[in-house]
Amino acid sequence: MVWFKRTDRDSRPTSRLPEGLWLKCEGCREILYRKDLERGLFVCPRCGHHHRISARTRLGHLFDDGKWRELFGSVFSTDPLSFVDSKPYAERLRALREKGVRCDALLVGLGKIKGRRAIVAAMEYAFMGGSMGSAVGEKLTRAIEQCLKSKLPLITVACSGGARMQEGVLSLMQMAKISAALARLHAAALPFLSVLTDPTTGGVTASFAMLGDLNIAEPGALIGFAGPRVIEQTIRQKLPEGFQRSEFLLEHGMLDLVVPRHELKETLARCLAHFS
Amino acid sequence: MAGVPAPPFLARLEELRQRLAELERNGPEGRAELVQVRMELEEEAKRVTATLTPWQQCLLARHADRPHTLDYVRGLFTDWVELHGDRAFSDDPAIVAGFASFDGEAVAIVGHQKGRDTRDRLYRNFGQPRPDGYRKALRVMKLAEKFRRPVISFVDTPGAYPGLDAEERGQAEAIARNLREMAALTTPIVVCVTGEGGSGGALAIGVGDRILMLEHAVYSVISPEGCAAILWKDQSEVQRAASALRLTARDLLKLGVIDEIVPEPLGGAHMDPALAIRSVGSALRRALGELRRWRRTELPARRYAKFRAMGQFVER
Repeated sequence: MVWFKRTDRDSRPTSRLPEGLWLKCEGCREILYRKDLERGLFVCPRCGHHHRISARTRLGHLFDDGKWRELFGSVFSTDPLSFVDSKPYAERLRALREKGVRCDALLVGLGKIKGRRAIVAAMEYAFMGGSMGSAVGEKLTRAIEQCLKSKLPLITVACSGGARMQEGVLSLMQMAKISAALARLHAAALPFLSVLTDPTTGGVTASFAMLGDLNIAEPGALIGFAGPRVIEQTIRQKLPEGFQRSEFLLEHGMLDLVVPRHELKETLARCLAHFS
Repeated sequence: MAGVPAPPFLARLEELRQRLAELERNGPEGRAELVQVRMELEEEAKRVTATLTPWQQCLLARHADRPHTLDYVRGLFTDWVELHGDRAFSDDPAIVAGFASFDGEAVAIVGHQKGRDTRDRLYRNFGQPRPDGYRKALRVMKLAEKFRRPVISFVDTPGAYPGLDAEERGQAEAIARNLREMAALTTPIVVCVTGEGGSGGALAIGVGDRILMLEHAVYSVISPEGCAAILWKDQSEVQRAASALRLTARDLLKLGVIDEIVPEPLGGAHMDPALAIRSVGSALRRALGELRRWRRTELPARRYAKFRAMGQFVER
């Protein structure tokens, strides 16, 4: 076991924090004891920075006693376009599965939140930046259909760079497919709470993540349609500090709440109680 | 083409097209040359279309002389009343919306609008809508539902505007809301992708019962430029990105994303806009005719089934 692992700003870990007993906070650079960080739901006790967590960890945080059952775990991405950039897409998929990220970029779980049955669909950033391809679209659509069938509330936890380029226009169409399913959930008056975490951009924001009955974000999360670099290139100026962060969106009326991670479960449970 | 240089692969064709226009204006004296140029033009147009690469296809889809939404409106509809504003913030000129008659039947029209000369292009923000545009489109589509008129949507945008004000006013929310609301609209929707189908900004008015696409239009999750920048980190890879993305009408038909390819005049819609517009007209007529047979109440369920089936995955 290593005591220290260097994490330079430019080579930040994608999802899981590096192994090791001690690690450096990505917000304030303070050295933290891993066990403490874990106990604090991966929020820095000093500066409050919310570290990115895996979908599995997220479900563990939200469901009672950390217990839940995975749904639609048999759905996987394939390579409909035979897409090749620096590496073939098929090879990327294989490598990720062998690494043990078995849920594609979305993990769906059924369990209880403060005694109330609900489905939670959380995105996995470690799987190609949480990008949304056909498998993500299919799993989320099935989750929504399951909610309709069993009259359950739906919670999504977004963490994604947007649509998956490697599946081309089929990824784009997942936005329409999921939104169409959400139209049914909406008509059936079943609650849908959308949680937005760092980062939520592109086609994920422009579909289900912004369609919650309530849109709830973690503090400091980057949330937007276009990425900050694209906007800077378009308007040819630096963006103001805090632009596209949760607090900015709250101020501009795009979110209902910004809730720190240790209050998230409690808040979700309270909101669900108001709606069901 | 006004102020915008033609891409090299179209240079010869553009030259011939201009020469032909001149000769046609000049009247009888240039008869012999006219016949000659016309033949050469046809040969060159055949050659260009037969050898189009996906990247060239993108450039052709962006040709400034292609008919834009208002050209289709003028060519195919009567009694056009353009409506303005989202009732919340502004009127976005990058999207036009209104009501008109098509073969004597009242219809709602929404569509991206690009400009032709430099001033107009700027005014239309190059066809890149802000949230206000999407909200205006939705407002008019809701009116169509209320008064039981079918909706015809013309898609032609590089993408939703990636600007500071657009983000501030909820670009993502505006697009998302349109996707959900269009899915549930109880009136027929015919979508026609006429030029560039640029990602979420295109899809935001692109959910419908029949999706038509012009032969030389493109439709993609990201522009080849954007894709090259992200995946190859190199702008010179646009050609490879364009090929990899499978964004031509034929690709989309194969992928089950569109229902029909609308044929264009030889060399592209800009070679003979009037013919292109007529071609779109007959495709729209057929699509609306089919949809008229469906009951209004079953439209959302059928639309759901259509989009529900999109995507490819494996189960193990």
